[in-house]
Amino acid sequence: MTDSTWQLLLDSLWPMIQGAITGTIPLALASFAIGLVLALAVALMRLSRRSWLSSIARVYISLVRGTPLLVQLFVIFYGLPSIGVVIDPWPSAIIAFSINVGGYAAEVIRAAILSVPKGQWEAAYMIGMSHRRALTRIILPQAARVSVPPLSNTFISLVKDTSLASLILVTELFREAQQVAAFSGQFMALYLEAALLYWVICLVLSSGQGVLEKRLDRYVAH
Amino acid sequence: MSPTEFPAASPAAGPTPALLTVRGLRKSFGANQVLKSVDLTVARGEVLALIGPSGSGKTTVLRCLNGLEIADGGTIEIVGAQDASHAPVVIDFARAHGSRAGVPKKALGTLRDRSAMVFQHYNLFPHKTVLENVMEGPLVVQRRPRAEVEAEALALLERVGLAEKRDSYPFELSGGQQQRVGIVRALALRPTLLLFDEPTSALDPELVGDVLRLIKELAGEGWTMVIVTHELEFAREVATEVAFVDGGTIVEHGDPREMLRNPQHERTRQFLHRLLFPF
Repeated sequence: MTDSTWQLLLDSLWPMIQGAITGTIPLALASFAIGLVLALAVALMRLSRRSWLSSIARVYISLVRGTPLLVQLFVIFYGLPSIGVVIDPWPSAIIAFSINVGGYAAEVIRAAILSVPKGQWEAAYMIGMSHRRALTRIILPQAARVSVPPLSNTFISLVKDTSLASLILVTELFREAQQVAAFSGQFMALYLEAALLYWVICLVLSSGQGVLEKRLDRYVAH
Repeated sequence: MSPTEFPAASPAAGPTPALLTVRGLRKSFGANQVLKSVDLTVARGEVLALIGPSGSGKTTVLRCLNGLEIADGGTIEIVGAQDASHAPVVIDFARAHGSRAGVPKKALGTLRDRSAMVFQHYNLFPHKTVLENVMEGPLVVQRRPRAEVEAEALALLERVGLAEKRDSYPFELSGGQQQRVGIVRALALRPTLLLFDEPTSALDPELVGDVLRLIKELAGEGWTMVIVTHELEFAREVATEVAFVDGGTIVEHGDPREMLRNPQHERTRQFLHRLLFPF
């Protein structure tokens, strides 16, 4: 590699980090937060005894998991305007990613809730709790512990998937890389640099997962 | 309350009216009719032991008494213990068809409020400490003042010798200790009726004694209890009444010493014989 390539990598580092700080990371965080709320609702609907609620949840999950994220993104940003609904790039991206997380995480949360032994529900009812209170105070805290590893996977996937937002003109890490690459012609170097940055973010997230698991493990036999 | 005394044991004064009356209780799971027609009465301060082969329905009876199962028919009547405001509550399952929706929510709530269950597998909340396990019901559900609830919980834990485990999590305790916490959790709810579902079946043999001794103490203090158990010796010693359940009905019941020595019914005789001479 020539000196000028190194210089280019160095010069493009800050814009890319900026893209991560102002684009990738907030996009991932916002979408994950909204997606989790959505996922919890969908998981509870899926577990509901009311079959119509359960059916709606099932169809939603199936649609999200059965269609590419890029297609979902394009339908919202490029498709909706043709029926008169115009949404800006940022909200479009957040909507698409939230819906996507909502579908995947719903199955994780549902499985986690089902993994809590039936006796826990019974003990909660025994001390006089309502269904809702048993869920929030007894079942969900235990389900949370179980769902940290799979939800971490969902989050890490999401961080990488946010690069798709570059295709609907959201300025984030990868779009910065694309712009410098197109301008300089140094595709290999810049895309590898972008890959490296994603990797660093995911390493940080993985160690965060470890800390969280340890914290939630304090009441489990080792 | 002094640390050596349990709360809410009903004073045994005057005649003992029925605290719990069950009539014609029926329950099926699918095509399997588990309870055909169960009638029983438990007077205040009485200890009823339910014995019988596995699958006989004795645990189902107990679970119906706590509203964990909704019967398909029959009635449960329960009277409050502590003061006059605890009026008798009758729950009629005639229209329930085994579903919660068919039972008045308030009546079901009252049934749960007045009875407290000790589970075979303890079912402590693993994400809460011993003290939190005990305080959860009184504090969060009954909304009693924290200081009072904590003092009472600590006194109860002290009483069963587990005060120093207050900040431990259930997984750090032995089975016997967990079950004693389970009993304290039930007592802290200040119930009228204590229900025990095979409280020592999951315990290692050397840990059974502690738990049985505690239940015996509670019986001595006037607590009204229904106990599903396989420990015949224990039933003989602690129960004031034994009922033999088989095939979804109470085959016979009576004074424990009398009945266990001289059962009237052939099925009871066979069951006792199998328990006493397993091989």
